[in-house]
Amino acid sequence: MSKIRVTVNGVASEHDVEPRMMLVQFLREVLGLTGAHVGCDTSQCGSCTVIVDGVATKSCTMLAVQADGGEVLTIEGLAQNGQLHPLQLAFREEHGLQCGFCTPGMVMAAYELLQHNAAPTEAEIRHGLEGNLCRCTGYHNIVRAVQDGARRMAEGRPAVHTPFSVPAVERTASSTTTAKRG
Amino acid sequence: MPTTETSGRPLGASVKRREDARFLTGRGTFTDDVKLAGTIHAAFVRSPHAHARIRGIDTGAARGHPGVQAVLTGRDLVAGGVQPIPVAWLLPGLKMGEHRVLAPEVVRHVGEAVAMVIADSPAAARDASELVQVDYEVLPAVVATDEAIGSDVRVHDLAPDNVAFEWSIGDAAATDAAFAGAHTVVRQRLINQRLIANAIEPRSALASYTPASEELTLYVTSQNPHVHRLLMAAFVLGIPEHKLRVIAPDVGGGFGSKVFVYPEECAVTFAARSLARPVKWTAERRESFVTDAHGRDHVTDAEMALDADGRILGLRVNTIANLGAYLSLFGPAVPTYLYGTLLSGQYAMPAIHCTVRGVYTNTTPVDAYRGAGRPEACYVVERLMDLAARAMGQDPAALRQRNFIGADRFPYQTPVALMYDSGNYQAAMNRALEMVGYEALRAEQAKLRQEGKYLGIGFSSYIEACGLAPSQVAGALGAQAGLWESATVRVHPTGKVTVFTGSHSHGQGHETTFAQLAADELGIAVDDVEVVHGDTGRVPFGMGTYGSRSGSVGGTAIHMSIQKIAEKGKKIAAHLLEAAPEDMEFTEGKFRVRGSPDRAKAFGEIALAAYLAHSMPAGVEPGLEETSFFDPSNFTFPFGTHIAVVEVDKETGDTSLRRYIAVDDVGNVINPMIVDGQLHGGIAQGAAQALWESAEFDENGQLLTGSLMEYNVPKADQLPMFETDRTVTPSPVNPLGIKGAGEAGAIASPAAVANAVMDALAPFGVTHIDMPLTPARVWQAMQGSPGR
Repeated sequence: MSKIRVTVNGVASEHDVEPRMMLVQFLREVLGLTGAHVGCDTSQCGSCTVIVDGVATKSCTMLAVQADGGEVLTIEGLAQNGQLHPLQLAFREEHGLQCGFCTPGMVMAAYELLQHNAAPTEAEIRHGLEGNLCRCTGYHNIVRAVQDGARRMAEGRPAVHTPFSVPAVERTASSTTTAKRG
Repeated sequence: MPTTETSGRPLGASVKRREDARFLTGRGTFTDDVKLAGTIHAAFVRSPHAHARIRGIDTGAARGHPGVQAVLTGRDLVAGGVQPIPVAWLLPGLKMGEHRVLAPEVVRHVGEAVAMVIADSPAAARDASELVQVDYEVLPAVVATDEAIGSDVRVHDLAPDNVAFEWSIGDAAATDAAFAGAHTVVRQRLINQRLIANAIEPRSALASYTPASEELTLYVTSQNPHVHRLLMAAFVLGIPEHKLRVIAPDVGGGFGSKVFVYPEECAVTFAARSLARPVKWTAERRESFVTDAHGRDHVTDAEMALDADGRILGLRVNTIANLGAYLSLFGPAVPTYLYGTLLSGQYAMPAIHCTVRGVYTNTTPVDAYRGAGRPEACYVVERLMDLAARAMGQDPAALRQRNFIGADRFPYQTPVALMYDSGNYQAAMNRALEMVGYEALRAEQAKLRQEGKYLGIGFSSYIEACGLAPSQVAGALGAQAGLWESATVRVHPTGKVTVFTGSHSHGQGHETTFAQLAADELGIAVDDVEVVHGDTGRVPFGMGTYGSRSGSVGGTAIHMSIQKIAEKGKKIAAHLLEAAPEDMEFTEGKFRVRGSPDRAKAFGEIALAAYLAHSMPAGVEPGLEETSFFDPSNFTFPFGTHIAVVEVDKETGDTSLRRYIAVDDVGNVINPMIVDGQLHGGIAQGAAQALWESAEFDENGQLLTGSLMEYNVPKADQLPMFETDRTVTPSPVNPLGIKGAGEAGAIASPAAVANAVMDALAPFGVTHIDMPLTPARVWQAMQGSPGR
């Protein structure tokens, strides 16, 4: 067992994990954040994409212990105060998702792309998302969603869609667990 | 909180999906996300050989591994009363090789499960599974589709020549006569390569057992939970059907591959009952590649006869369809009734004859994959149309138009059993030609050729039979199931509504579209309708989602229940308003006395009245809830014309898809945004078949494209934006006029893209290359040509 301290979606916590536990398992099984999905075993599909220290990362390929001391942003942390992030809203408006399985990884990969390039061309979006597979959309509406999301973010347009009423509960700053590989 | 913004009628509007909020925030619930206390985990021991006899299995070391709860082999399951997995479509003379959940004696494809290890964690189960020692006597394997018949290798003893069935349709003598009198005959061997669906969510199963009530609950990645329940309970496990609840929560894509009953979910359910613990298994992608049912895999010799004017006289088709090692659930239906019956395409063909031999090989079983038989038929017809146009020096669009079934000829009886419901093929073609700018594009093509650049334009005018479909007809043709659909519409006392549908979305957005349909017909807000699906404990027996049937069949069942509710509501309203029931009308959410618009009761008032039951008309029961089962009288027949524009690089053979135009007629549309999305996804899958995807085995039956590193599921940078439009020819088969949209893109696009590449290569004299049209194949074809 190795002790790691990770900040996930702004909440820091300490956990004992098996050295071979992958970050995606840590998120899904230890923290119960099941938004990151496992769609393959060769780092091709990108369904597990999260942001680690500002970099879009395939969490099926990174050990949990490698995230020690790091900051992780997952799809669950993107909406703020019960309001969708403009990029999430854009995916809904442009029908950029169908079955929804690749969606969390796709949104996080697009989120990182827009951090580096606020107004990407269609070709830049397609190239930027080539690490994420979608079998449903043919990417047409995903590209449009990223274009729309970029516009919304640039304009600072407030999100108008509130998916869930999230009660404002004050969270404790940290927690500690011991986790075995699931 | 309102989630739906609409103005005007919800039916036909691009209402944003209510499913999206949970998926976009990581709150979807896919099977692997479901957690039950005390769950133990299964891992499967799989055959590394395509064909072998099991001499013995030593499970001792695995049993002794820390955390292991049980190790089960095929013999344990047989001893436990587990029966073979059934086939749901029987053809006359079908030779059915027994498909066991875990192979007890012989393995017949790489990846077939021979043992299951159950342990406290997935990691412990996987570690221990590597300790199971299987003593195999390796047998020779037969793999290639066109080598199965006459091979020395026998996959199943009951099929000495590896032929599971021989099937034919059409008139052989009339077809022979047509060819005898032909001006031009074109012939081609066409290989429709094997594909792997690759839904991004891997298959998963989690079963739990409650000893006190003897009830089993199975969470499973299924497109049709009731079909899973019936077949697993009554046929495989021999447990009372009502003691098994099947829940398919959010399903991460299927494309057919999650229709079928697979060994793993049966084994997991058996183990959960035996061990009285929740047991979970989730496929790794490498397992998906060798165990999810594959699609296509035909070798076809096809020929078309035409007269001097380019009118089709006859079509003759001989197909060998690779079924894999076992018959999957609908394996026999796909290359027969979903294929041979579609060979008339959009054309008036006087004579057609088709024979199909389904063969066993030592490969993963083959079953329905998006389109299922219809893309294979479309490819045959549309490739032959282009070959005929080339042979006769005619424009491929003009040749198609000359042979279209006229809009005035519907319903149209084809020579291969089907009666097309409605159509206007010329209108869709006209729109596609207009969108692509056909004449200007041909001029550009000629100019580019002079510059050594090779642009190609490819057509595909497709027909599809969907909305599966009349139960009586299906039964007469061998189906072991009805193909109706169910819906319960429950009006609550407050006037809010819950729709329980037997259809089950795996990405199609039914929670939105069925709510639109119900809201529109009841005159209430979309947000006042909840849609429930995917749970045999909550919805009436339903047949599920495949064959582009949910809107036309499932939607109509909802419509029928709403009609019944309206009729009952009229009686109650008439009673309360002291009017005659026959004088009542139900419009815009109000029950009104015809001619006296101020005498009206709102839908919500009648709902409350029905539950209060303080004042009901004689003979009318309290409550407001209706259930309907819709069994259509015919298939529906979507159609359209797709045009692909490609550019082939002369130096590398690489093909880039420049433009893709799709004009589809799917009948009436509930939600245009969702229909467009369905088309996009289907086009991408079909274009990928044409250019990139192929399941390749070596001669020993090892899958060479066994991971996403080798199997080319297209990425965002391989595809263009799609240019789509629609014509609308309502179907007369159902009261909603819906035809169906789920598969159209995948049916049309392989032929469109392949035809475009052949058109680009016309200066090289290349008339045909088999898919996938990889740079290597295209480059080689260009080298061997006089045009070089």
